[in-house]
Amino acid sequence: MKPTNVSSKDLVAVAKGGVLDRRSFILSGLAFSSSLAVSNVAASDSVGASKINQSIPTWMKTPGGSDTEYGAPSKYENHIKRNVAEHTPETSIFSIWHTPIENQRGIITPNGLHFSVNHNGIPDIDPQKHKLMIHGLVDKPLTFDMESLLRYPMVSAINFLECAGNTAPNAVSVTPLDQTCQGLFGQVSGAEWSGVPLKYILQEAGLKPTAKWVIVEGADGGSHSRSIPVSKLLDDAIIALYQNGERLRPSQGYPMRLFVPGWEGNANVKWLHRLEVTDKPAFTKDESGLYSDILDDGKIQRFSFHMDVKSVITHPSGKQVLPEKKGFYEISGLAWSGYGKIKQVEVSADGGRTWALAQLEQPVLSKSLTRFHIPWQWKGDSAMLLSRATDELGRVQPTRGQWREKYASYSFNHYNAIQAWYISSDGVVENSYV
Amino acid sequence: MSSHRLYRCFVKNTLSSLLLVVALSQAATYADAADFSTDLGETLSASELSDYEITIFPNGKNLPEGKGSVIQGEKLYKGRCMMCHGEEGDEGPAARLKGSDGWISFSDPLRILRINKYPVLLISVGSLWPYATSIFDYTRRAMPHYAPKSLNDDEVYALTAYILYLNDLLEKDVVLDEKRILNIQMPGKNRSISAWPEFK
Repeated sequence: MKPTNVSSKDLVAVAKGGVLDRRSFILSGLAFSSSLAVSNVAASDSVGASKINQSIPTWMKTPGGSDTEYGAPSKYENHIKRNVAEHTPETSIFSIWHTPIENQRGIITPNGLHFSVNHNGIPDIDPQKHKLMIHGLVDKPLTFDMESLLRYPMVSAINFLECAGNTAPNAVSVTPLDQTCQGLFGQVSGAEWSGVPLKYILQEAGLKPTAKWVIVEGADGGSHSRSIPVSKLLDDAIIALYQNGERLRPSQGYPMRLFVPGWEGNANVKWLHRLEVTDKPAFTKDESGLYSDILDDGKIQRFSFHMDVKSVITHPSGKQVLPEKKGFYEISGLAWSGYGKIKQVEVSADGGRTWALAQLEQPVLSKSLTRFHIPWQWKGDSAMLLSRATDELGRVQPTRGQWREKYASYSFNHYNAIQAWYISSDGVVENSYV
Repeated sequence: MSSHRLYRCFVKNTLSSLLLVVALSQAATYADAADFSTDLGETLSASELSDYEITIFPNGKNLPEGKGSVIQGEKLYKGRCMMCHGEEGDEGPAARLKGSDGWISFSDPLRILRINKYPVLLISVGSLWPYATSIFDYTRRAMPHYAPKSLNDDEVYALTAYILYLNDLLEKDVVLDEKRILNIQMPGKNRSISAWPEFK
């Protein structure tokens, strides 16, 4: 993160620790850029037969290269990539690929960087031979091939997707692990998902009155399977065929996946091929074990589908070093809730003693990543940066202590506590608990 | 032709919406189209489905006939499962099959070190899973990892029996079949609660 070249002497402090008022930042920024434009015009005073100074960069003096059929990021950005979660087994049995979320701006994660969790590797599915089946408590058991599904009316929505186990190290580690934002928060991403509303398929098959659940299954080697309530499928679930305008990538479920906005990643069954309509859940592998929560009293909580309200400051974040030891920085981060829209995000630079409202960047969408910003004048002392999100239902992020009280010490799913980044007087950012 | 019906339906809906409210966006039109009807699905025959209808339910629905003993299961386990689950079902890199549901286990003071290497070991099938039918279901559909769906039903009963034996839920001389599996009382069942309000 680079310091912005803006004078901040006129900004108004709205909380302690150097958190500033966003509106006054925008006004002073405008004034600064117009004075810069005037001085540039005054500097162009040379005349004569000379040519353009040859010390300009090579790329301004040579013809450019050709474009490619499918574009790729700049070679100078090839260090921005996903990484496999530490301690993940070496085999494809269970692999977790984290998105470099601290390098993302806006609310859309590029397709190649979207996080991915695979329990049985990525199948190579021929779309010409792939079919979607629906059966069970329906009037007409049906099958759909790709050609017919692609003809259905489609909808698109920008939504976040988060693994139930995102930020698990902070849920269970007694001491805060010194990890990057990618390592701690890299199992959440944002994308525009397009596809066929499930309700069209359910209505076409005709649900019987006793239909309450659908056992949703993938066509991967492990036949990943989850029990999903019919009410969610009739609400806003889609058979996702496109992600950010192109057909799904194999690691996101090509040729089709279930997308249930706001619900834990594991329920968004990839490589979708079968819908079995039932009156009760099947207690599949993941709803029997790994994707349940163990409460403080020893109870095993199942079917906790929603990803709760959560936020993280991405700029600056874990293991980064602020390039100048004091001065102006813009704090920026992401907030999201599986229940609806983000209503507000508060930021603290003094460990939660005082808070200021961050500006929410448009668009603010339901069950979507929401970008927030707040200007910050760092005085060079150690600081503790926190963000606290509230959604439109009034759900507020708990402190880590409040979250921990609810769960057994080793329960790690659905962690959504307030994240703290400690900034030393040397500008080193470190994961921290408050 | 089904395609023509869909198209006509689409046009009719769109046109009537346009006539009524010109400013409505396409998304709003779809969202309001509760009367939308489609018919592009083909009839799914029972024979087409039968190869794929593999989900086993806690009440025994879809359980195939078959049987397998703990002894047979132990033998199969050593040949096909032990390399990923360890000698006793509690080593990595694959999920833990027996023991407590946490990493703090009195019987294994080194658990926390093992967890560091294989985090999926921290919960076990024996402690958390509420139904033995789910063990049969998952073993049959997904195991062994290098050759999913390669076990026959008797082998799956035998391996299910062995996993239950590892968790002290079956005696060593028992043969498990489609009836007996429904009588297994898993410790995870009574501890279970549902966060989903429509299912308690």
